[in-house]
Amino acid sequence: MFEPKMRLNDNTSLLHKVGHLNWSLVALLCMVAGVGVLSLYSAGNGSFSPWASRHVLRFSILLAGCLVIALINIRFWYKLAYPVYAIGIVLLIAVEIIGHAGMGAQRWIDLGIIQIQPSELMKIAVLIALAKYFHPASSEDMKRMSFLIPPALMILLPVGLVLLQPDLGTSLMIVMAGIVMFFIAGAPFWLFFAGGAGVIALIPIAWTFLHEYQKKRVLIFLDPESDPFGSGYHITQSKIAIGSGGIEGKGFLKGSQSHLNFLPEKQTDFIFTLWVEEWGLIGGLLLLLINAAIILYGIWISYMCKHTFGRLLAFGLIVNYSLYVFINIAMVMGLIPVVGVPLPLISYGGTAMMATLISFGLIMSCSLHRDSKLPRMN
Amino acid sequence: MSWKNFSKSLKKRRKYPPSIGGRSKAVKSKTSRSTDKQEQFSRRAFLVTIGQGGVLSLLAVRMGWLQIAEADKYKTLAEDNRVNLLMLAPQRGLIVDRFGVPLAINVRDYRAVIIPEKAEDMESILKELRKYISYNDGTIEEVLKKSKKVSRFVPIEIVNNLDWEDLSKIEVNRPSLPGVFVETGEIRSYPLKESTSHLIGYVGRVSEKELSGNPVELLPGYKIGKSALEKQFNDELKGKPGQREVEVNATGREVRDLTVVAPTSGDRLTLSVDIEYQRFAQEVLSKHKSAAAVVMDAHTGAVYALASHPSFDPNLFVDGIGTQAWNELLNDPTFPLTNKAVAGQYPPGSTFKMMTAMAGLEAGVIEPNTTVVCPGYYKLGNGKFHCWKNGGHGRMNLKSALEQSCDVFFYKLSTSIGIDKIAEVSKRFGLGENLGFELPEEKNGFIPSKYWKKKRFGEKWQPGETVINSIGQGYVLTTPLQLATMTARLVNGGKEVKPWLSGFMNEKPLIPSGWKQMDIDPKHLELIKQGMDAVILGEQGTARGSRIPDETMSMGGKTGTSQVRRITKAERATGRKRQEDLPWNERHHALFVGYAPTNNPRYICSVIVEHGIGGSSAAAPLAKELLWEIQKRNPAESPFLPNGGMASFDTQQKKHG
Repeated sequence: MFEPKMRLNDNTSLLHKVGHLNWSLVALLCMVAGVGVLSLYSAGNGSFSPWASRHVLRFSILLAGCLVIALINIRFWYKLAYPVYAIGIVLLIAVEIIGHAGMGAQRWIDLGIIQIQPSELMKIAVLIALAKYFHPASSEDMKRMSFLIPPALMILLPVGLVLLQPDLGTSLMIVMAGIVMFFIAGAPFWLFFAGGAGVIALIPIAWTFLHEYQKKRVLIFLDPESDPFGSGYHITQSKIAIGSGGIEGKGFLKGSQSHLNFLPEKQTDFIFTLWVEEWGLIGGLLLLLINAAIILYGIWISYMCKHTFGRLLAFGLIVNYSLYVFINIAMVMGLIPVVGVPLPLISYGGTAMMATLISFGLIMSCSLHRDSKLPRMN
Repeated sequence: MSWKNFSKSLKKRRKYPPSIGGRSKAVKSKTSRSTDKQEQFSRRAFLVTIGQGGVLSLLAVRMGWLQIAEADKYKTLAEDNRVNLLMLAPQRGLIVDRFGVPLAINVRDYRAVIIPEKAEDMESILKELRKYISYNDGTIEEVLKKSKKVSRFVPIEIVNNLDWEDLSKIEVNRPSLPGVFVETGEIRSYPLKESTSHLIGYVGRVSEKELSGNPVELLPGYKIGKSALEKQFNDELKGKPGQREVEVNATGREVRDLTVVAPTSGDRLTLSVDIEYQRFAQEVLSKHKSAAAVVMDAHTGAVYALASHPSFDPNLFVDGIGTQAWNELLNDPTFPLTNKAVAGQYPPGSTFKMMTAMAGLEAGVIEPNTTVVCPGYYKLGNGKFHCWKNGGHGRMNLKSALEQSCDVFFYKLSTSIGIDKIAEVSKRFGLGENLGFELPEEKNGFIPSKYWKKKRFGEKWQPGETVINSIGQGYVLTTPLQLATMTARLVNGGKEVKPWLSGFMNEKPLIPSGWKQMDIDPKHLELIKQGMDAVILGEQGTARGSRIPDETMSMGGKTGTSQVRRITKAERATGRKRQEDLPWNERHHALFVGYAPTNNPRYICSVIVEHGIGGSSAAAPLAKELLWEIQKRNPAESPFLPNGGMASFDTQQKKHG
C-alpha cells in the first residue's frame, strides 16, 4: 500500500511528483505534531501562548520546507553530501567561537531570528556523507580496514566537536546512528563485537572526562530516590506524573503534576510525561503506535529504494528518528539517565523540529526518487 | 500495517528480489553483486528493525508497569504533591463571670513569623531581626527546633504582640529579613489583669516538652493553658482546629482552596465568681503584704471570690515573659505566683478549735455544760502548755472557750478525745483532703494521725502532740479554701458542700448539687455556731471589734493565730519579744473563718494574712469587709445563667445562620 503506483523518472513533472509524495507519512507526522500541539496547549495552562501557537507555526513552515526537500532530486543531495558535511563542521566550530552558553553548555548559534543548534543538523550531515561514502562500496570494500577508516573519522570528527560543547547525549546519538550505518552498509560482524568490547573497556576512562553534572545525572539515575529534592527530582516527579496518569489519564488540562509545575521542563524534554499524565496509558500507547508506523514506513522506503545511497540514507535517518523517540521516552520513564534529548515534533524547540522535518524531507525524497540513477563510481 | 505483515513481506522480498528495470544483461555480474549487497542489507535492516521493535515493546511494557501496576502508588504521591493540609487555629473559648463579664478574651495580635523555605539562613536572619525588635534568648533555638518538625513552607512564630513601631521596623528592614513576615491573629488577653490571674491563670506557647504531636500546636500563636482554669479546662476551651485543603504548586505556593472546614471555637466557661466582688476582695487584701481569701456560698459551694495577694499580670506570660520579670516574680518572698487561697498550707491555729470541739461532742467527751478552768497553762506529764492569755481565762465552757479562744479548754479535753477522732472529724469537714476543686494548684493540707506518725517516723504518738494539734498547731496544715469549706459545713446544717467555680460550659451546667447530709448531730452544729456567733457578738469575743454595724447582716466566725516558729522557754522567761519587732517572715499568721448573716448563714469567708500577727487584729477586719460587701451585693439571690443570661455573640450567629 505504500508502493507508488508507477515509477517516476527524472523527467516526471513536478505536479506529478507532488501527487506521488508519501502523503500517508505526512499524515502520520501531522498526527505526532498534533499530539505536540495538544500537549503544549496544556503546558501553557490551556493557552496557545507561549508554546502551542509557535509550535503550529513552525510545523507549518517547516513541513512546507520538508515537502520541498522531498521534491528535490536525490542526486542533488548525493552531489552535495560532502559540502553539506563541511558546512556542518564549520558551524560546529563556529558554535565554539560565537555560540553562547545555554544550560551550562555551548550549543546554540543565535542568528537573531532563529537560534540554531548545529549539532542537530550535523547528525543529518554525517548520515548523508556516510551514505555517499558507502554508496559505491562493494562487499570486499567493506571488509577492508583502509576503506572503513575514513568513514570512522567522518563520524569521530563531529563527535569530538560536539563533545567539546559539551553535549554527551548528541555525540552518543551521532555515534549510535553511525554504527547503524556501518552495520547496514555491511561492515564485518567482528568489528561490532570488538567495538562493543572496546567501549566497555573505555567506560572507566570516559567517566573521568564527564562533567560533574553529567556524573551526577548518571549516579542519580542509578538511585533517583536518594536525592528526591535535588537532581533526582526530575526523574521522580516524572515517574509520579506518568504513574498517576493510570490507564485513562487525568484528562486534558487536568494533569496536576504538570500544571502545578512539579514536572520540570514540561514543554521540552518532559513533554511525553505531560501527555501520558493527561491521556494515560491509552494516549501513550497510541503515540508509540504512530511512531512505530512512522519508523516502519521509513524502513519500508529504505527497503524499496533501488540505490544504495537512498537505502542507507533513509535507513540512517529513520534510525536517527527512532533514537530520539526511544531515548526521550526511556529517559522520562526512568529507564536511562536524564540526557537532553527532545521528543521529535512534540517537544517545543525550533532546531529539533527543523532537523526532524529535514530528515523526513530526505526520506521522502528517497522514496520519490527511488529509481533515480546515481553514479556508480569507485 | 502490522509488524507481522511487514516481516512477511520483507521475507517475500528476499525470496523474490525486485526486478531492476532498465538494466541490460551485460551488467549481470554487477547486478548479482548488487543483489548480494541488497540481500545483506535486507538481513541487517531486519535485525535493526527487530531491535527497534524490541525497544518499543520495552517502552510499552515500562509504561504499562508505571501506569497499571504502580498507578496507585504514584496517584497517592501525586496527590501528596498537590494537596497541602493547613490547620486553621480555633478561637479559644471565653471565660466570663457569673454576670457574663468577660475575664479571658481574644484580641487581635500582630506577630512576626518566619517561613523556613523563604529564609536562606534562619539563624542569621533571626539574629538580624533581633536588632529591630526584642525577644527572649531561647526563642532562636526554639524556632530552629520547631522548623525541623514541619514542612518548610509552614510559618513559625518568632514573637507576638507587636506594636506599630515594631511593625514598621520590620517593614522598613524587609530586604535584610528574607522569610520574615507579619501575620495577624488572635491572642489571649485578660482585661482585668491582676484581679483574675490566680483564678484564671494564663496561656502560653506550647513548650518543647508539652508537644503532643498534634500539628495544631505548631501553628503560630497557638497557646495552651498553663495554670489555673486555663489549664484545668484547656480541652474544653481550646476548640477544634479547622482545616484548609489547598492545592499547591511545586514551590509550595497556594493555587486554590479545595475544601475549607471552619474551626470550631472553644466552649465558653461561665464562672460562679462575681468579678466586681473579686476585684473588691483583691483590693481588700492588698492592705497587707501577703494575704488570701475565699468567699463562697454555704449551701451551694459556689465560690464568689478567690483572692490571693500579691498577684501578677497574666498578660505578661501570654507574650512570653522576660527573664528579668520572671526572676523578680520567682524570688519575691511573698510568692506572687502562688495562689495562697488554694495552694497556701498553713497551720489553722484556733480556727481548728471547732474541729476539736466537734470531735469532743461527737465522742461524748464534751457536753454543753462541760467546764474547764483555765489557769493560763495546762500541764501534761512534764510538759506545760500555755494558753495565749497570760493568767488564764478562768472557768470556761464550750461557748465561752470558742468565744474567747481559750487554749486550755481544748488542751485538756483533747487528751480524752484523742488525735484519731479529731482527724476523722476534720476530714469529714473537708480538711487535709483534696476537695476536687477546679484549680490544678489545689493542695491537700494535712491532718495527722497515730497511724501516720508510726508509719512516717516509726514513733508512737505522744499525748502532748494531741494537745498541740488540738489548737491547730503542730502537724496540722490547711488551706484557706479548706477552712472555708469546713465553715460552710458547720453552718449550713451539715451538708457536705464542696467549693466550685465552673457554672456552665457553654449552655451545659456544671453546677454540682444534691450535697449529701453529713452524719452529724444538728445539736452539736448549733452549739458550735453559738460559740462562733459569740466570737463577734459576745462581750468577750476575740473579734468583737469587727462587728458588722448592720445587725441584719451580722457575721459569726472564729479567729486564728498560728505560730510560724516555736516560742522557746528562754523567750518566755525573758519576756516575749513583741511580734512587731520580729522579722516579717517570723511573725504569726493571722486567720479568720466567718459566715453571715448569723441567722441562717449564706456566705462563708476564709481569710489568711500571712505573718499578720493576730487573727482578730489583722484577719477579722478583712472578713468583716468581705462579708459585709457580699451581703450587699447578694449574688446568691440573682439567677445564675450561662454567660450571665446574655445570649452570646456566637450563639446568636448560630441561630441566624
